[in-house]
Amino acid sequence: MIEARNITKRFGDFTALDHVSVDVPTGSLTALLGPSGSGKSTLLRVIAGLDRPDAGTVSLDGDDVTGRPPQKRGVGFVFQHYAAFKHMTVQENVGFGLEVRRRPRAEIVKRVDELLELVQLKGLAKRYPAQLSGGQRQRMGLARALAVDPKVLLLDEPFGALDARVRKELRAWLRRLHDETHTTTVIVTHDQEEAMEVADRVVVMNGGHIEQVAPPRELYDAPANEFVMSFVGPVNRLGDTYIRPHDVELSLEPNGATQEAMVERLVHLGFEVRAELVRDDGEELSVQLTREQTDALELAEGQIVYVRPTRQTVF
Amino acid sequence: MGRYLLRCGALGYLAVLLLAPVGLVFYRAFEHGFWPAWHAIASPDAMHALKLTLVAAAIAVPANMVFGILCALAIVRYRVPGFRLVNALVDLPLALSPVVVGLSLLLLYGRNGWLGGHNVLFATPAIVLATIFVSLPFVVREVVPVLREIGTEQEQAASTLGASGFEIFRRITLPSIRWAVAYGVVLTTARALGEYGAVRVVSGNIVGQTETTTLFVANRYQDFETQAAYAASIVLALIAVVTLLLMNRLRPKEETR
Repeated sequence: MIEARNITKRFGDFTALDHVSVDVPTGSLTALLGPSGSGKSTLLRVIAGLDRPDAGTVSLDGDDVTGRPPQKRGVGFVFQHYAAFKHMTVQENVGFGLEVRRRPRAEIVKRVDELLELVQLKGLAKRYPAQLSGGQRQRMGLARALAVDPKVLLLDEPFGALDARVRKELRAWLRRLHDETHTTTVIVTHDQEEAMEVADRVVVMNGGHIEQVAPPRELYDAPANEFVMSFVGPVNRLGDTYIRPHDVELSLEPNGATQEAMVERLVHLGFEVRAELVRDDGEELSVQLTREQTDALELAEGQIVYVRPTRQTVF
Repeated sequence: MGRYLLRCGALGYLAVLLLAPVGLVFYRAFEHGFWPAWHAIASPDAMHALKLTLVAAAIAVPANMVFGILCALAIVRYRVPGFRLVNALVDLPLALSPVVVGLSLLLLYGRNGWLGGHNVLFATPAIVLATIFVSLPFVVREVVPVLREIGTEQEQAASTLGASGFEIFRRITLPSIRWAVAYGVVLTTARALGEYGAVRVVSGNIVGQTETTTLFVANRYQDFETQAAYAASIVLALIAVVTLLLMNRLRPKEETR
């Protein structure tokens, strides 16, 4: 269990964290989600001991570690840009933590072997980081962090520097890894899809504050405020109502509670179709449809349709 | 065509300004065969001068290597207060004429100087001090940009893995900057072996006692003993070449791929 209490951290005039308190339950996989500058990475680094908070306390499993250096916290940290030890081979990188703990040779060899198996880098043990792809380097980074059996695993935008396909693969892989090991894990990301897919709890941060803490589904269905609503998915704003693009019904005939709009643009995204509408009062609206719905309505650009929100939120 | 001209120009420039003079010294040294050159080098005064030069370099180079690494760490990593000033001052020996360096040491350690009366001047300690002074900036100058470039992430990663400050330095930082250090050491060595002006002022230039190899070359030349002057020059040049070759030899395979 990680407990951060009233953490404040300033860099010069900039307040990165403003009295932030958060709990991460043992065995959970928690995402810190927010735009850049929201303080999510700083919070992670404060937990790791890499940044010192100006105020507040951090405790790990009930131990107050606020004054302790990173060496003595028992955390594993994975960096966005891998932080691979460039002059060491893959196995030397992974074994580093055990090496500095003066573990017996045989034990190190065995443990490194297991970990390389786990991260699927077995055949690359003798390579140098420069000879690996980004995805391989990051798996090495994970193995290195896991080698010392950390109480908590902290990942700072771990897949941020990878291309989209590898990112997706590694996400799924991280989730499986967590399901096997149950190490308490915190992952920092600015990608809401990543947070939703990987984590079982999401902490949404903005401007050095926490906006909401909830499981992914609840975050999407019951956002605490406008910021969370618009950060975790696309949203239309009409006056002070917020409507998700898939919570809109279109029809060709006016009927009661509908409003007239013109189809300005149709964007075909495979199975999904996005219709950009302009209402007669000039408000713009984006609607998400399936291909079947579009075909059934025989939608075309320039056409007049009638719009009825099926679900809307007012804060 | 343009590239061809550029290449010829660069090579011609090097040939005229560098290779020709050095080549000429080689030619002149061995003009009368190997043995005259050998006897000139093997003379007691020449040997003493060479020993003195090597002693000064053997003290100045390690001293400046250790100081240079610590200084670069202080400037880049720890941002020790006041080290911005040090960062600016470190280049002073490059900007200052060696003769001025010599004079300032003379004032400091001279009879009426702050640190006068310790038998420093006109003896080996003065030569060592002058050598350290003039060859001080090279390691710092080479290491600072590399330290900045490698950043702190690897060091932070090592700290989360449990490595102590010293272990991080020994196992992460030092291996990352070793080529900058090595290059700095080569430059320091070259400067230490070749220093003339500052050493000339503080050593007293006493033949067989405080005469370094560079002083030996100049003195013999002035006394029309050109054979000895050329031969000693060649020894200096050879030491420089050997230093460079050693550095290249030590370079491990992983770096050359």
